[in-house]
Amino acid sequence: MSLSVALAHRLPGLDLDIAFEAPPGVTTLFGRSGAGKTTVVNAVAGLLRPDRGRIVAEGEVLCDTESGIWLPPHRRRLGYVFQEGRLFPHLSVRQNLTYGRWFAPGRRDGDDFARILDLLGIEPLLTRRPAALSGGEKQRVAIGRALLSRPRLLLMDEPLAALDEARKAEILPYLERLRDEARVPILHVSHALAEVARLATTVVAIQDGRVIRTGPAAEVLADPEAVPALGVREAGAVLTGRLAAHHDDGLSEIALTAAPLFLPRIAASVGAQVRVRIAAQDVMLALEAPRSISALNILPATVIAVRQGQGPGVVVQLRSGEDVFLARVTRRSADAMNLGPGTPCFGIVKSVAVAQSDVGRGRQP
Amino acid sequence: MTPLTPQELDAIALSLKVAFWATLFSLPPGILAAHALARWQFPGRQLLNGLVHLPLILPPVVTGYLLLLTFGTRGPVGAFLQETFGLVFAFRWTGAALAAAIMAFPLMVRAIRLSIEAIDPKLEEAAGTLGASRPWVFATITLPMMLPGVIAGAILAFAKAMGEFGATITFVSNIPGQTQTLPSAIYALLQVPGGEAAALRLVLVSVVIAMAALLLSEWLSVRAARRVAGR
Repeated sequence: MSLSVALAHRLPGLDLDIAFEAPPGVTTLFGRSGAGKTTVVNAVAGLLRPDRGRIVAEGEVLCDTESGIWLPPHRRRLGYVFQEGRLFPHLSVRQNLTYGRWFAPGRRDGDDFARILDLLGIEPLLTRRPAALSGGEKQRVAIGRALLSRPRLLLMDEPLAALDEARKAEILPYLERLRDEARVPILHVSHALAEVARLATTVVAIQDGRVIRTGPAAEVLADPEAVPALGVREAGAVLTGRLAAHHDDGLSEIALTAAPLFLPRIAASVGAQVRVRIAAQDVMLALEAPRSISALNILPATVIAVRQGQGPGVVVQLRSGEDVFLARVTRRSADAMNLGPGTPCFGIVKSVAVAQSDVGRGRQP
Repeated sequence: MTPLTPQELDAIALSLKVAFWATLFSLPPGILAAHALARWQFPGRQLLNGLVHLPLILPPVVTGYLLLLTFGTRGPVGAFLQETFGLVFAFRWTGAALAAAIMAFPLMVRAIRLSIEAIDPKLEEAAGTLGASRPWVFATITLPMMLPGVIAGAILAFAKAMGEFGATITFVSNIPGQTQTLPSAIYALLQVPGGEAAALRLVLVSVVIAMAALLLSEWLSVRAARRVAGR
């Protein structure tokens, strides 16, 4: 499956001109509010007719303004998970879930229904009404409803934005399972970098209606050139490793390619793939391996690039074995240490600096 | 109090019959007009809005006379209907039903339109992305959700149809057993000396029917609203 989008659309205060390809996996449209992300998703869904554009999903042309092709939303077979859920209040959860199946082609697979209920943990909610659900439950039902319409592509417009932190933490693991198990490609919109780091396989960074950077998530997030667009405070690379062991003192050990990473206990089993986002500002650099230091994680690394920003800080891109990560230090330190491409050094990460919400499941190999 | 005379019972039965059919037949066009006014963008939308509301602001006598001109046996529509379907409105109970339906139509459309406007169009959009075509969206989302408004509109129209007087008497006159509805009967009784007592009894009947309709509509609306809100 692939999705190919090229569109131009003029909105009040925004001139949108965007083109990207979405390979299988989760493609995240990332950008600030008002950058035009939702407009793109609505155009893909058929809820908005772009001034000019061509959208192709799985070889089928959904929209081509040049040749006048326009498939109405109900014939596009795309599941759309809206920010506010949009469950039908007059129907029960079960009726909401099965709504799209009336119109879906192919068999009515009871097995499929049971699998998705289990995947999202919504079995106990079936007889309830949407009004009696919590925000997180509503969103899970909305995802199940979209999946059960047998879409060839799932669209998710900030599915977590309307939820508080606790609810987000409740739903993120379900979305990770969805990415790894449901085999439906996902086009996902977000302005939260932590969410992008957890979910995305491909990132399309959008600013003021233009695509400024696109590529595999690990690459884009570890690119110092992309840092200003992503937000300096939030920037950070995503490292994927294997959970090697749970230690008795409450730490979990993740095997990276060059060194182990010790983090507070991770809720995953030994051997599982784990994604960890390490914020650039949580990484310290040293030219020699520090001894007698409280930080547990010392990654031997080589500087790939140093990027000067506007302010007093610089972003340093480093390679440790196969893993690429970012460190944000002051320009003064970078000068004093004489950091430049090829400089060998050590990246130091405090275990407790990595938030629980920045650790997620890795994609199954 | 003596029991109701056969003529009085006729008037009550006729009124109920007229109001029932008037309400039933104006529901489909009422829902259609309300939906068009609430959701569609088309040229002549304001004109349609004006036409629907016209009976509310015109003197009922004028509406009745216009009906007579149009649907009378020599009127263009009336003559056509009589020749083609054998359907006669002038001076028949069917004419009373037509007059009542026209007079009640604006009230019905207003109530239904309000309930349609209260439905979030985003829900209809969501149903579309799940594969439902427009008619399906209407049948499975819009119609069930506007049900409280439809019920309220229908009861309102029924009550209005029960009480319609001006257009009815102008269009179909006041023929006992044929077009003499409850209000016409009360009016007729008030024209004869000593008819006040009999008129009062019919007034009481009117009040009881109107109150019953009101209570029924409240009860149905609350139930429907509760269902739609998902409680």
